[in-house]
Amino acid sequence: MRESTSQADFWRRALVVLALLASAGVSGSDWESLNKDGIHDPRSPAIQQLQQPADALSKLTPDTAGNMVRWVQSLEKGEINPRANIRPDTKIRVYDSDVLLNLKGGMPIVRFPHRQHTLWLDCVNCHDQLFKAEAGATKFSMLKILEGEQCGVCHGAVSFPLTECFRCHSVARPGQAPRPSLPIAIPSGAVPPK
Amino acid sequence: MFRKCLWQRVLLVLLAVAATLAMDIDDARAEYGDIVINNYSDAAGMRPAIFPHWFHRVRFRCKVCHADLGFKFKAGGNEINMVKIIDGQYCGACHNGELAWSVENCNLCHSAKPGTQTQVHESTVQKLAPATLQKK
Repeated sequence: MRESTSQADFWRRALVVLALLASAGVSGSDWESLNKDGIHDPRSPAIQQLQQPADALSKLTPDTAGNMVRWVQSLEKGEINPRANIRPDTKIRVYDSDVLLNLKGGMPIVRFPHRQHTLWLDCVNCHDQLFKAEAGATKFSMLKILEGEQCGVCHGAVSFPLTECFRCHSVARPGQAPRPSLPIAIPSGAVPPK
Repeated sequence: MFRKCLWQRVLLVLLAVAATLAMDIDDARAEYGDIVINNYSDAAGMRPAIFPHWFHRVRFRCKVCHADLGFKFKAGGNEINMVKIIDGQYCGACHNGELAWSVENCNLCHSAKPGTQTQVHESTVQKLAPATLQKK
């Protein structure tokens, strides 16, 4: 009896140690501190003064990739309130229209929401250098995107990474099983290109 | 006997966990989207500059810098230098002592390990393309 109690006790302690180690691993993998992140010079005086990523990002809606933050949701919920201009005469433009892309491919259809993009960006950031304004006029290529062109200018650099296939390829074709995506409502009335 | 066996097993598990954690230590694990700019820094004897996207996008939308201030979507592609910044261009539009701390705080931006290459940290291009491709 006594031995089994001490055994149970031992296992309990071992479990606690393992859980602590595991949680250290998890939190460490979310946001590395600046002095250990591999690009900051640990001897730089900046380390003591700059904000640590975990300080800012741990308070925002969590994600499983990129900065581990759902930036659009965080903005919409008001967790952050980033300024849209610093020049008073800048016209702030938000455009609410969805475009469906990849209508003939094998992957689910891509729904591109202008609204979420223009919350962050201005029209001129994409049009007409990266994408022609006319729907259907731009030939998309996943290869180019993976090489950092087209959508890959931002996705795979600062906005959610290219490992998250079904966040863009989010509309199942007829007969296709729906894929797990973001827990956001897909608005109706998306406009397919001609 | 059973006790010893138990210890050995626990020790093995602990070692495995420690090894997994240790494997990550050498990798650069800076934030996704951190930009290192080393156009002129190394040659000037300064640490390369780091621009943390995560910090700035909490406070500003992308369009502020990429539309209004004219930053191209290209790490190291804006030919930023300190003369332009002091003149109020690029970083200098905010880092002027009014909106954000001013340029005397050299070390706050120039904080990378010497020799760190210009890069978008954690980007797909950085992971997939050879280093020579990224320099173009």
